[in-house]
Amino acid sequence: MKVYFSLLRIRVINGLQYRAVAIGSILSRFAWGLMEILAFYALHRTNGTKFVMTFSETVSYIWMQQALFILFQVVYSDREIVTAINDGSIAYELVRPIKLYNSWFVQCMANRISPTLLNCMPVLIIAAFVVPKYRIHFPPFLNLMLFLISTILALAVVVALALLMHISMFYTTSPRGIRIIVTAMTTFFSGGIIPLPYFPEPVLKIVEILPFASMQSTPLLIYSGLVTNMEAVQGIGLQCIWLLILIATGMFLMNRTLSRVVVQGG
Amino acid sequence: MKFYLRLFTINLKSQMQYKMSFWMTSLGQFVTAFTSFFSIQFIFMQVDAVDQFTYGQVLLCFSVIMMAFSIGEALGGGLASFSYIVNSGNFDRMLIRPRNIIMQIIIPHMDLTRIGLLVQGIIVICLAIPLSGISWNIGKAILLIAMIICGTILFFCLFLIKATVSFFTIESLDFLNIFTYGARQFGRYPLSAYGPKVLWLLTFCVPLALIQYYPLLYLTDRGSSLWYFCAPFLSLIFAFPCYLFFRIGLRSYKSAGS
Repeated sequence: MKVYFSLLRIRVINGLQYRAVAIGSILSRFAWGLMEILAFYALHRTNGTKFVMTFSETVSYIWMQQALFILFQVVYSDREIVTAINDGSIAYELVRPIKLYNSWFVQCMANRISPTLLNCMPVLIIAAFVVPKYRIHFPPFLNLMLFLISTILALAVVVALALLMHISMFYTTSPRGIRIIVTAMTTFFSGGIIPLPYFPEPVLKIVEILPFASMQSTPLLIYSGLVTNMEAVQGIGLQCIWLLILIATGMFLMNRTLSRVVVQGG
Repeated sequence: MKFYLRLFTINLKSQMQYKMSFWMTSLGQFVTAFTSFFSIQFIFMQVDAVDQFTYGQVLLCFSVIMMAFSIGEALGGGLASFSYIVNSGNFDRMLIRPRNIIMQIIIPHMDLTRIGLLVQGIIVICLAIPLSGISWNIGKAILLIAMIICGTILFFCLFLIKATVSFFTIESLDFLNIFTYGARQFGRYPLSAYGPKVLWLLTFCVPLALIQYYPLLYLTDRGSSLWYFCAPFLSLIFAFPCYLFFRIGLRSYKSAGS
């Protein structure tokens, strides 16, 4: 366990080094968030009462989403893993006395945590000081705790799914198409384009139980205050179930794949 | 011209070498556009207008932007690899060739998989034209085509700016994505929906509103001023500072590789 923790720590510190890139992404996250909010403002101005989600809940949802943007990216440049598969340096990884699935899992987590650590505070601080209409609100303590638990689980679900995608790359030489499709599907069904409560009722019923909803919708909805505490706990339960299923599938496929992987070149 | 055509065929052939990969990526682009389309669809199942624009009119906005973006990115998206060309020193090799430098960069890097987005755009525009409730005539048809063509040029210019920045900095600038990928995302609603300040910015700084909002006013008979009709053509002025910026970047270029 200790070795995976140190791996995580090294990766996070490594990622924290690129500060110039961070300023650029903070600015762009802020601009994205603002544009999204203005778009929803236009919708609510025209037909405010028709939606399940109120405008102020939407505002909180969007700001938190922008602050944690990278944390919830299934397709993110996990460069070491992609190169390891492509150039065969995976052979070295296999020699090491640690489980490849676990070490990739922490690598992927770290890749997402360190940029988020840099981005989230500035974005949230700006979001807390914009004009009151577009300001993020802070939920009561209990919700905040539930939100934190749910966020960690969401990250784990995201990484578990990302690893399934990486494993699929053992079988294909052209990951680009898969990456684009996975990005589109996960973003849409996890509430990345519009929050899930804006989906029409019958569609929502199905989408809610898919693993994608566990990825960012659950924590963000808890934060925005749309769901009751009971629903929040249910959501967290569902996240746990999906996490176990995805990890089990991932480990199974990984073992199967590694038992027949052929490394070319030397 | 013949030379550029040849370069293009070589590029096409090389992308088609991996057919499976090509079609998968195109499919991916199509799915991406599809999710955007569905997000509009879902919203409009609950409301019937955004900022007084109806479902059909919003779809028209969406498809015009999608088509302009897809062609603009197919041409200019390859400029993203510009920073690699500069870093690897291959740019020096291009500079000594007696051909236009921009053409030399864009043709081999044209990304034809954007056809996935384009197909989506065409399907949606076919839906939107009858749904929008616009009384079509020759002038309006010309205006619609002008919106798409001028939009393409505008998006290309934005990608050119993004690429030029890599002359000055080795970091890629995330922030500029808001005007390219962001415009694709936010251009789905008429830009007036974002309030007067944003509209002002998108009229005078980055003239996206000129290819979307103002011509739409003319199309939907909200304004019959000739200015609205000319708006897409006026957006072409944006190309001059972009090209100038590129020339300045080129002049300050210092070789980076060997």
